Amino acid sequence: MLGLGLASIALTIFLATRMNLIDDESYPFHLFSQFPAFFIYILNEIIKANIDVVKRIMTSSSISPQLVDIPVPQKSDLGRVIYANSITLTPGTVSVALSKDTLTIHALTKEAAEDLTKGSMAKKIPDAVIKK
Amino acid sequence: MIIDILSWACLTVGGILGIIGAIGIHRFPDFYSRLHAVGIADTLSAILILLGLGFQAGLSLAAFKLFLIFVFLFFTSPTASHALANAALHSGLEPELADDENKK
Repeated sequence: MLGLGLASIALTIFLATRMNLIDDESYPFHLFSQFPAFFIYILNEIIKANIDVVKRIMTSSSISPQLVDIPVPQKSDLGRVIYANSITLTPGTVSVALSKDTLTIHALTKEAAEDLTKGSMAKKIPDAVIKK
Repeated sequence: MIIDILSWACLTVGGILGIIGAIGIHRFPDFYSRLHAVGIADTLSAILILLGLGFQAGLSLAAFKLFLIFVFLFFTSPTASHALANAALHSGLEPELADDENKK
């Protein structure tokens, strides 16, 4: 029974791929190979940012909230969303508004804002270029 | 035994981070900077607690469910934070910026 189920799933996937029913937005299969490296990178960033914010909460070191616009190099919608989500995921920076090619972020400190303005994180985001 | 120690270390650190996040909510001055404090509880605290529970569960169905919770948290929590911040900006809540303090 289980084998039959697997076979029918495989057949469905095969037919869907043949008919180009799978669009790149909802199932970004072509990004799966880039995902593990990106995941390790983002986890590392989360831990670093967490330590920084914890320090600022527990000691009375100053915070300097910033509202800055940064450019978004990603071409596709999915790439932009991944970028905005990664920024929000690292504590200390929250994406406030996303437009076509700029992203307004609120940063807890000046350093965090400057880091993002330099755009080191943007290079790591897998950009989902839609193949047509 | 080692797994027990690892899991309890993860759970303890995760719990402490959650408390620190709560302290941060009270200490920071305005809505936007409080979002950053919540970010701690959202990310590393949640990840560590789920990891600690995962060590306790071992390789079982419960561990897989914890993994699913982690995946959904990983995608939804930044989206929720962004929605909150965006809604606050749209309704005209001015963030307290560092430059403003210098002027006063």
